[in-house]
Amino acid sequence: MMDQTDRKILDIIQKEIPIVPNAFEVVAQKAAIDKDDVINRIKRLKENGIIRRIGGSFDSTGLGYYSVLVAAKVAEEDLEQTVTFLNRFTGVTHNYQRNHEYNLWFTFTASSKQRVEELIEFFKQKTGAQEMIPLPSLQKFKIKVHFKMTEDK
Amino acid sequence: MQVQPLTQKEIKLIRRCQQNIPLSHDPFGDIARELKVEEEWLYSTLRRWQENKTLRRFTAILYHQNAGYNANGMSVWQVPEYCIVEVGRKMAAFPEVSHCYHRSPLPNWPYNIYGMLHGKNKGEVEQIAKMISKKIGISDYTILFSVREFKKSSMQYFMPEILDGDKL
Repeated sequence: MMDQTDRKILDIIQKEIPIVPNAFEVVAQKAAIDKDDVINRIKRLKENGIIRRIGGSFDSTGLGYYSVLVAAKVAEEDLEQTVTFLNRFTGVTHNYQRNHEYNLWFTFTASSKQRVEELIEFFKQKTGAQEMIPLPSLQKFKIKVHFKMTEDK
Repeated sequence: MQVQPLTQKEIKLIRRCQQNIPLSHDPFGDIARELKVEEEWLYSTLRRWQENKTLRRFTAILYHQNAGYNANGMSVWQVPEYCIVEVGRKMAAFPEVSHCYHRSPLPNWPYNIYGMLHGKNKGEVEQIAKMISKKIGISDYTILFSVREFKKSSMQYFMPEILDGDKL
């Protein structure tokens, strides 16, 4: 489904799309292919469900927002319902069932620390979760998702 | 990382940029025309945000399963407080680690460093953790594998708290 050129493009655009006029021309030059070809391939990779989004990533703190990781303990039989409830919230961005006593882990972002705390209290009441523990970060060491698509030569 | 009050024009730009950019020859120029803002203003604003770390970067975000990375494990590590920064930086340097944070431990949860690990399968993620453990000299750790992925999205800032319009 993907050839080497697709993989090369994915490695480039996962790193950075430059904020310049004709940005995809720069990407095309880096990949050493034609600019129309780059755009067509990216469109196809998006249609085929390889690429989820191409856009800007903003920093929650920089925008005055507050975010936490939440460790939750939810009864197995309540899990589906709890997830459906939580996932309607814009601020719940990642939500995973994990193999642990704390079986549901989600990230939650809201406009202030107070709002985060209020809403987690509200989530707890509404879902009847046994525990929902906010784990704010004290220090960020890295946020950089890059799935390497080409092998090193 | 300074929080500055944003203008309506700036908020409009953030709302647009956190969506998909146009797949055209000149995506940023097209955004400027779409929002009816000056191109010069758009570039200088985005660059300023990048400098003050409000904006990380523009990238493609993949569906990792479809890209061949099927296993993700949240590794959590019990690290002595005195070497937190050193260990955190070392862990962040591994390409297999996408996110690395220092978080407070809890009474029944002693872990204070979190590293998201990605691999082709569960065994590979376990091997990565073992390799990291050896290199950073920390042996108290565990990996919480994902059983089911219920949601993976990018944060939409300056949008309603519930998108489908329902009330709380």
